[in-house]
Amino acid sequence: MQWHIIMESLPLYVDGIRTTLVLLFISLASSFVLSVPLAVARVSPNRWLSKPVWFYTYVLRGTPLLVQLFILYHGLAQFEAVRESVLWVAFKNAWFCAWLAFTLNSTAYTTEIFAGALKATAIGEIEAARSYGLSGFKLYSRILLPGALRRALPQYSNEVVGLMHATAIASTVTLVDITRVARDVNANYLLVTESFGVAALIYFVLTFTLVGIFKLLERRFLRHLRPQSSATAT
Amino acid sequence: MIRKVAAVAALLALFGVSQVHAQAPNWAKVRIGVEANYPPFSLMSTDGKFSGFDIDIANAICAEMKAECTLVSQEWDGMMPALNAKKFDMIVASMSITEERKKSADFSDSYYDIPSAWVAKAGTFKDVNAAALKGKKIIVTRNTPRAKFVQENFKDSEILLVAKEAEVTMELAAGRGDIGFGSSLAATAAFLKSPEGKGYSKVGTPITLGGAKEGGGVGIAMRKGEDTLRTKVNAALKTITANGVYKTINDKYFDVNIRGE
Repeated sequence: MQWHIIMESLPLYVDGIRTTLVLLFISLASSFVLSVPLAVARVSPNRWLSKPVWFYTYVLRGTPLLVQLFILYHGLAQFEAVRESVLWVAFKNAWFCAWLAFTLNSTAYTTEIFAGALKATAIGEIEAARSYGLSGFKLYSRILLPGALRRALPQYSNEVVGLMHATAIASTVTLVDITRVARDVNANYLLVTESFGVAALIYFVLTFTLVGIFKLLERRFLRHLRPQSSATAT
Repeated sequence: MIRKVAAVAALLALFGVSQVHAQAPNWAKVRIGVEANYPPFSLMSTDGKFSGFDIDIANAICAEMKAECTLVSQEWDGMMPALNAKKFDMIVASMSITEERKKSADFSDSYYDIPSAWVAKAGTFKDVNAAALKGKKIIVTRNTPRAKFVQENFKDSEILLVAKEAEVTMELAAGRGDIGFGSSLAATAAFLKSPEGKGYSKVGTPITLGGAKEGGGVGIAMRKGEDTLRTKVNAALKTITANGVYKTINDKYFDVNIRGE
């Protein structure tokens, strides 16, 4: 073990962590914003709304994220029409391609998670809401979505951790994330255990931090699902 | 007393013999780690046969050492762990010799050294220097002596570090950088002759970085302390260079001499 190499490389790892986290959070934010309306469309009785969303999630979940990223980054660059269009300003940039690929992919999974939670809403809740005169937008914004998003928390936390690990493939399009730093240190010093060991440790800590945050959120938002203690029962 | 001395001597002899037996194999059998994913230096055909410059050199050295050689395919990232785990005894995978790497492995003498060349859209650059490339984006393969050179000498330029040599010209053609700095062979043979390379040309003259003479170049990596093997490999390398075997292999792949001596 040559830990002084790792100590010298620590600033690089810190930059890698920043890249990984920024990529994770911008992708999560955009995929969340897209998933909520798409999930509503996905459970809609209107086939013109639900089928296109089904098709989208089916295709995006049916191909590997790495392939999707390569199509966006390397594939589109092959076409001169793309390179000469306004779009190229965006697609030229590795950050944009990675963000778009992660957003599109994560939106597909998150939409299915939210749609599943919406479908699982107890019929009694909807009947109660209807009897109060709630319908349409108000029914969704006040009753269906808040309940569904709460219930989706455990599965959603899996998606978040999964996406965090998936950001490792951003290194294939020149972004220097945690994995890329590990590969660089290994290539320069030929120390595989130290370089990838540190990366594994960082991912481990990040995973447990994310899981911990979701545990706190679940405790807050899913309190009503926990077994009642005698103190709260009285 | 005599008995004790005899016992110690016997023990020493035994130890010595076992030392020789365990530590110094005669290298009648050598296993070689190759990458098999870096044409034209090494590649694997669909039927599992290795070919390429690195492969031919490895085989020629083995023939010269009169050793029975086995080639083992290994991804680059796992080369050193596999070497240290004794899955093979040396690495012939176009590995550049650097000071940092010498801390983890021993290297043979350099077995090739290709000058580096600049490539850009024809007419965009007349000359290559820090002033001419100020504010421009240079594409170079990461973790190479070339990348180090660019980072040290073109501080006012943007640098796009890519993972593989082939990506230098790929990204250049895609328009993600202004000028590429890569292997003069990959740039000429592969790119400028291809349809994608139309309208591009070399800029300036190819340069040799930390070449074989300064202890750089590309070498064969071995576990630290395997001096017998290293001596044998270096001797074999000298012989095949002198007797023309190297030249035959060189000419099979390249129209310039890449020995770099």
